[in-house]
Formats: sequence, C-alpha cells, structure tokens
Amino acid sequence: SQGTGAYPATQGRQANKDKYSVLLPTYNERENLPLIVWLLVKYFGESGYDYEIIVIDDGSPDGTLQVAQQLQGIYGAHRVLLRPREKKLGLGTAYIHGIKHATGNFIIIMDADLSHHPKFIPEFIQKQKEGGFDVVSGTRYSGNGGVYGWDLRRKLISRGANFLTQVLLRPGASDLTGSFRLYKKEVLEQLVDRCVSKGYVFQMEMIVRARQLGYSIGEVPISFVDRVYGESKLGGNEIVSFLKGLLTLFATT
Amino acid sequence: MTKLLEWLLGVSVVVTAWGLLTFDLLDLKVPQVYREVVWPMPVYLLVVFGCYSIATVGYRVATFNDCEEAAQELQAQIKEAKLDLKKKGLKF
Repeated sequence: SQGTGAYPATQGRQANKDKYSVLLPTYNERENLPLIVWLLVKYFGESGYDYEIIVIDDGSPDGTLQVAQQLQGIYGAHRVLLRPREKKLGLGTAYIHGIKHATGNFIIIMDADLSHHPKFIPEFIQKQKEGGFDVVSGTRYSGNGGVYGWDLRRKLISRGANFLTQVLLRPGASDLTGSFRLYKKEVLEQLVDRCVSKGYVFQMEMIVRARQLGYSIGEVPISFVDRVYGESKLGGNEIVSFLKGLLTLFATT
Repeated sequence: MTKLLEWLLGVSVVVTAWGLLTFDLLDLKVPQVYREVVWPMPVYLLVVFGCYSIATVGYRVATFNDCEEAAQELQAQIKEAKLDLKKKGLKF
C-alpha cells in the first residue's frame, strides 16, 4: 500500500529472504579450514540459499588466520568474514562473538575439522522450513545417522552416556552432545545467554534449556567422520567431567 | 520442577505405596498374597531396569551405523577441493 508510508516496501521483500550465518570457531585448523569453506561454498552455492561464513579464530599459532584471509580474497568478504580473537576463549563466548557480527536470521554451528559435513546443511534448512523449528539438531544416533572412525570402546561410552542422559533428562532429542545445529538467531542468543556449562555439557545444556523455554527442536540424521579420535582418546577425565555436568543439569533444570 | 525433584517425587510416591501395602500401614487387611507379591517389587523393578539398560545400550552399540561411504566421499572431496583451491590461488 502506497499511502501510509508506515510499512516500507523493502520489509515485504526481506521477510522472504532467509540468510544463514555459519559460525566456525577455529583453533589450529590451518589445513581443514580451506576444505570446510570450499565444501560450504559448494553446497550453499548449489542450494541457492543466501549465506555467510564467520571464521572466529582464537589466535591460532599455526597460521589459520592467514589462510582465512586468503579464503576471503578468493570468495569475497561478503561470504567469508573474519572475526578473530586474541586467545583461546571457549565456545560459548565464540558463539556470542559470532552472533554479534552475523547478518543472517539463522545461525549454523558446526565443527571446523571436517567431522561435520556441509552436505547436511540444505537438509537442516529444509527440515526447519517444513516444521518451523526453532532449532534443528544433527543426530548421530537415530535414523541413518552414524559415525566413522570409532572403535567399540568409543561407541560403548557414547551410547552409554547418551542412554544415561535420556533416562535422567528426558530431553526430547536423541543426540545431546552433538554440535552440528541450526538455530534461529534470536533463539541462539537466548540460549547462550542462559547456559553456564563448558564442553560437551554446554551443547547438552543448550538443548535442555531450549526445551525449558518451549522452543521446538527438529532432528536430521548426520554422519560424523571422526579423524581426530585416534589422537585424542576419550579419557577418564572427560568422562568424569561429563558425569559431573550431567548431574548438575539433572539437579538444576 | 527440576528433573531431580521429579524423580524424588516419583520415588516417594512409589515407596509410600509399597510401604503402605507391604506393612499394611492403613490397616486395610490386604490379603497376604498381594503383600507377598508387592514386598520384593522394588528389587525386581531395579533388576528389570538394569537388564533393560544393558540390552538397550548393547543393541544400540551393535547397530551403530558405520559411515564408510561418508568417509570415502570426504576423502574424494578433499582431493577435489585441494585441486580447485590451488587453481584459485590458495597457498597451502
């Protein structure tokens, strides 16, 4: 309508335009960063969705930031954004930092080490559109989701921990420790604001709080290709801190 | 209500019901047969839950998908990506 001027024409156009901001916190990912960016560009390009990639490097000593700058030169500063920090400051703050600079209305979080494959992102987006979900979470445990590179011990610990989590928290999502997810931007802001845990438990807390706040959660099966497991075994320390975190969530949510 | 409180509430209800029936605290003159069945229930239920847990986790570990194709596809794409990026001028 032309008369009032109270409802600008651009608003109607932008309402249909979704933009997806991919947050990539990196630490010593000099080798993997070009590859993950190439894959993101490939799958987003093929899908036609609007996107940007925000690289949040925590002062990597291996030159990750220099590689990121080259990628920015190749793909353009509107596609590859650099928002580095001086030192390793943790995931929660990396998300907050990334969200501040994100111009998309959706945020995708994922690992930069190629364990999460960008080919699933169009599926996440599709799922979100289908169900209007506030959060779409990649799951390794249901449907045809799965893992490559885990031995029996790792699988046992993973399934055992997940079972315990399901019994205690009844979270309504099959994969709580996963970190390959799509969030509506304002939802992610709300959740990061409220979450206090670290590491695996942080990802769990996000889902638990999302349920508490009444947000809807959709799931997409993903394949997780672990190329790092061989170097960093899941040790007693991590198991103990996982259990502590789980019990804390049990007692406080 | 936190999950902990939910559990405590649930456990209290079950324990109370069990106690009332087993020890006939309300003097309901419950038949001996019922009391004999109810008395060992908590232990039976724990054992059943234990077996269920082991069976469920065991099944899930056994059927945990191994993504061979995904790993191979990734390897192939890595090669493709490196070639393409070199062409575009990336210095690795």
